Amino acid sequence: MRARNFSAAVAYALPGFALAAGESKYGLQTPQSIVAHQIYDLHTIALAICIVIGVVVFGAMFYSIVRHRRSVGHQAKQFHGSTPVEVTWTVIPVLIVVGMAFPATRTVIAMKDTSGPDMTIKVTGYQWLWRYDYLGDDVSFYSQLSTGWSQIENQASKGQNYLLEVDHPLVVPVGKKVRLLFTANDVIHSWWVPALGVKQDAIPGFVRDSWFKVDTPGEYRGQCAELCGKEHGFMPVVVQALPEPQYATWLAEQHAKNVAAATAASAAAEKIYTLAELESEGEKVYARNCAACHQANGLGVPGAFPPIAHGPIATGPIAAHVDIVLNGSKKNPAMAAWKNQLSDMDLAAVITYQRNAFGNSLGDLIQPAQIAADRH
Amino acid sequence: MQTQTGIRRWLTSTNHKDIGTLYLCFSFAMFIVGGVMALAIRAELFQPGLQLVRPEFFNELTTMHGLIMVFAAIMPAMVGFANWQIPLMIGAGDMAFPRLNNFSFWLLPVAAILLVTSFFVPGGAAATGWTLYPPLSTQMGPGMDLAIFAIHILGVSSVIGAINIVATILNLRAPGMTLMKMPLFVWTWLLTGYLLIAVMPVLAGAVTMVLTDRHFGTHFFNAAGGGDPVMFQHIFWFFGHPEVYILILPAFGIISEVIPTFARKPLFGYRSMVFASCAIALVSFCVWAHHMFAVGLPVGAQLFFMYATLLVAVPTGVKVFNWVATMWEGSLTFEAPMLFAVGFIFVFTVGGFTGVILALAPVDIQVQDTYYVVGHFHYTMVAGSLFALFAGTYYWLPKWTGHMYDEKLARWHFWLSMIFFNMTFFPMHFLGLAGMPRRIPDYPLQFAQFNMLSSIGAFGFGLLQLLFLYIVIRAIRGGAKVEPKVWDGAKGLEWTVPSPAPHHTFETPPVVS
Repeated sequence: MRARNFSAAVAYALPGFALAAGESKYGLQTPQSIVAHQIYDLHTIALAICIVIGVVVFGAMFYSIVRHRRSVGHQAKQFHGSTPVEVTWTVIPVLIVVGMAFPATRTVIAMKDTSGPDMTIKVTGYQWLWRYDYLGDDVSFYSQLSTGWSQIENQASKGQNYLLEVDHPLVVPVGKKVRLLFTANDVIHSWWVPALGVKQDAIPGFVRDSWFKVDTPGEYRGQCAELCGKEHGFMPVVVQALPEPQYATWLAEQHAKNVAAATAASAAAEKIYTLAELESEGEKVYARNCAACHQANGLGVPGAFPPIAHGPIATGPIAAHVDIVLNGSKKNPAMAAWKNQLSDMDLAAVITYQRNAFGNSLGDLIQPAQIAADRH
Repeated sequence: MQTQTGIRRWLTSTNHKDIGTLYLCFSFAMFIVGGVMALAIRAELFQPGLQLVRPEFFNELTTMHGLIMVFAAIMPAMVGFANWQIPLMIGAGDMAFPRLNNFSFWLLPVAAILLVTSFFVPGGAAATGWTLYPPLSTQMGPGMDLAIFAIHILGVSSVIGAINIVATILNLRAPGMTLMKMPLFVWTWLLTGYLLIAVMPVLAGAVTMVLTDRHFGTHFFNAAGGGDPVMFQHIFWFFGHPEVYILILPAFGIISEVIPTFARKPLFGYRSMVFASCAIALVSFCVWAHHMFAVGLPVGAQLFFMYATLLVAVPTGVKVFNWVATMWEGSLTFEAPMLFAVGFIFVFTVGGFTGVILALAPVDIQVQDTYYVVGHFHYTMVAGSLFALFAGTYYWLPKWTGHMYDEKLARWHFWLSMIFFNMTFFPMHFLGLAGMPRRIPDYPLQFAQFNMLSSIGAFGFGLLQLLFLYIVIRAIRGGAKVEPKVWDGAKGLEWTVPSPAPHHTFETPPVVS
């Protein structure tokens, strides 16, 4: 049975590693960068060496189990100790691990070589989303899970990229050396895209770097790899690699969006919204950003996340409500500061919504212009 | 000396056998508690989507499962074996410090109560993973403080226990039993004792710094105050890596007792086994940062820790080769202890192989914090430490109770354990390689089949342990009477005393020639 377990394992494993093309369920993902290729090969070599050693050692053990048993009348030979044998089985493993260390050393050095990048992107981990800043390019955005909670809660059927899809992927050009700078806003996160061979912890207060150069256009998906709290399982990473011309187009679109957003923001700052307008916008913002903790019904989770429905803050003075949403809670670190993540419009809408939903009926509202003033 | 009876006997006992029994019963109870948490985790992961638990509670479960299994199940079980066996194996009347022995045991239930009740405080139990990394651990509610106090108490208990064991081994050996004549189980526990004394205070220091960061305005791990969150990881793993050898070295010792008995041959290389154990213990202090390859260490550090980690394969290999060479040309029989010992060699070595693969820093970075690592360390801790504990229990249970256990049921226990264990943990390697992170309550759809298989295996494995409990209770209550020397191939002083071992043994030390 043990023998079968092992050979079954090998039989399962080998095709997975042999099939370089097509995703395997049994092995590493198809590598899409130089580093990922080296890691892939390193793993294959190491696994092969282990299988060979396993066959030899377990072969000897199973031979002994079959032939040297008392039930077949085998008498024990009372030998023990043999210096040549012991030296051999010490020296050979040393040689094997030295042999493995050589290619691994080469890859370690390659992974650390972030010099001469074509572009640099700063990656910041938040609970529980990523922010990308294209340094020198004036492009910045947040990237968060776009799978709906109804799928997670099993109320809707799950899509193909369930938990591996985001609203704004990280867009990069193919064939360019992209240097990434990592940091975090709250706790340690880890940015990981298996196909690119990059996993780097994002540590609050410190900057680390890594790099990749994508071989072929496509979408490469990964997830946060360091436990970062409640929604650690719900902050995927998506890298969209585009050919150079498309990337240039995308970049131009982003710049145009920046201009449009600035215009819209100044327009919004002047416009006076009605309660109904703010509420309908706020409902969407709430579902995206607040419902995960305070729950879709506004009741929160007793002991962990306070309720919005009849909650002391959402039904209290509006100034305190605005303060905690903008700046976070001083008592409970789980309540993040939202002022850098949401626009004036979003903030005004969501605060207004909270004060007039879930049975709260204060009837008051706050305008984006007021939020803009409160920011300072 | 008057032997007390009833509850007073157990509360006030200073007898190494009674305290050994207490340790073993406590550890089994906590094994069930930690196991129920594991099953809750596996039930949630049976299918994609959130079905049974909320994500925050899921994180509490993974944290407490880890803490309880490491500190309240495997470690006390090993100490229970040490209590029962070390005096019997070295011909000592009792442990060196019997009252401390009682104290070190009774600290454990206190710590266990703190850990378990932390689920019921506002905000729930610590939800950081057993590694307790800040700044996440500074965000936690009061459950974190309870976990820290529990770790302090468990640490005190471990250090006292370790001092007691080291003192017993160094001072109370029978005349003629030189260090190089000690049974290997005693040797590995001597090394484990030193490891515990060296690293438990380090863990206590790390969690104390978390505590003061949380409540007293210090900034050890807060970058905004000049601290460094990564420093916690260095300190934690300086404890944590020797800790994994604390869990496995006594297991190596048990296996090294069982294999020669059922091969009816002396251990192939006693001296090289001793030296390999010493080498493993020493190297364990020089490899901690291989748990941190993804934090972004400088090249030099990555290379140093990669080379040092690869080196661990050499003494570990020596041990495996020695066991196989001991079986070679033996006269093998496969009673339950031997089945678990051979099973141990097979599956633990698979864990060793994935350990070598993980030692390669670039591969480690790819699969760090994935199910590959979860598979790897369950192959070493479940198939390693736990299977060795089963082997040791079946091996010495007749000595402890005077009755032979039910061999047929014990063989069922082994074969089903082997099947369910591999069904649970082997698919995890595939999951990790394909990209499934650990500590997530929900996962992308391509991981669904292996997770379902793993969950089915886990329930089989978990329920199976009730059979083990049944076998042990039946052997305690009755069964075929056994001779002092239970196994015909067994050697060692423990087999010279009657079965069951009387309350007091070796009141006059035996002489070892």
